[in-house]
Amino acid sequence: MVHWTAEEKQHITSLWSKVNVADCGAEALARLLIVYPWTQRFFSSFGNLSSATAVIGNPQVRAHGKKVLTSFGEAVKNLDSIKATFAHLSELHCDKLHVDPENFRLLGDILIIVLASHFAKEFTPECQAAWQKLVGAVAHALARKYH
Amino acid sequence: MVLSAADKTNVKGIFSKIGGHGEEYGAETLDRMFTVYPQTKTYFPHFDVHHGSAQIKAHGKKVVAALVEAVNHIDDIAGALSKLSDLHAQKLRVDPVNFKLLGQCFLVVVGIHHPSALTPEVHASLDKFLCAVATVLTAKYR
Repeated sequence: MVHWTAEEKQHITSLWSKVNVADCGAEALARLLIVYPWTQRFFSSFGNLSSATAVIGNPQVRAHGKKVLTSFGEAVKNLDSIKATFAHLSELHCDKLHVDPENFRLLGDILIIVLASHFAKEFTPECQAAWQKLVGAVAHALARKYH
Repeated sequence: MVLSAADKTNVKGIFSKIGGHGEEYGAETLDRMFTVYPQTKTYFPHFDVHHGSAQIKAHGKKVVAALVEAVNHIDDIAGALSKLSDLHAQKLRVDPVNFKLLGQCFLVVVGIHHPSALTPEVHASLDKFLCAVATVLTAKYR
C-alpha cells in the first residue's frame, strides 16, 4: 500500500480542489496524443488527429480526456486504497483495451506538466513530488492486474 | 528520433525565451529532480543538495549551458556535446533512465515560467530535443 504523509495528502487534495477536470483532462489527453503521437494507436475511432490543432479541437479527445481525469479523481478520493479503486479498470485496460502500461506513465508525466503550467509557483517541488508519487501509484494500480 | 525543421524552430524559440535565466532554471530543475526523484541524489554524494545550495546553482548553470550549446548547434548535437558524451560514458556513467527524469523536471520548470509559450507543439519539440540530447550523452556507454 502507498504511504502518504499528511503533507503529501494536503498537496494533492488542495491542488485537486482547484482543478477544472474537463479542461485539464482534455489538455492532458491532447498533449499525450501530440507529444507522443504513437499513443494515437488507441484512438483510431476518434476521427481527425492529423495535426496538433486537429487534436486540440477534437470533441472526442475533449470528452475522453474529461472521462480519464474524472476517473483519476477517484484516486484522489481514495488515496489509501488506490489499488482496489482501479482493479476493475486495470483488467479492462489489459483484456479489452490492450494498452501497454507504459502509456499510463506517459500520461501521468504529461498531467504533471499541465498542472505545472496552470499552477506555476504554487506547484512547488514538494507539490510536484506528491503528484509524481500519485501518478506513479495510479499507473502501478492500472498495470497491476495485467497478465 | 529526428528533429524536423519545425522542431528546431520551436526549440530555438523557447530557449530564446529562457534567455538569461539559465542559472535560475537550471538550479530549479535540479532542485526539483532531487526532491521528486531522490534516487538521483546518489550521483551527488559530494553535494549539498538542500534547496538553494550554491552547488546546485553552479551545477544547474552548467547543465543549462550545455543544453544551450546543443541548441546553438542543433544540426550537430553529437558534435557539440562530444566531450560531454565522453565524460558521461567514461567517468560519470549516469544510468540512462535519469536523463528522462531531468528532462521531466526541466519541462515542468519551463511550463511554470512560460506556460503560454509551452504550447503542445513546442512541448513535443522540446521533449524530442531533450531525448536527442540524452541519446547523445549515453551513446558511448557501450
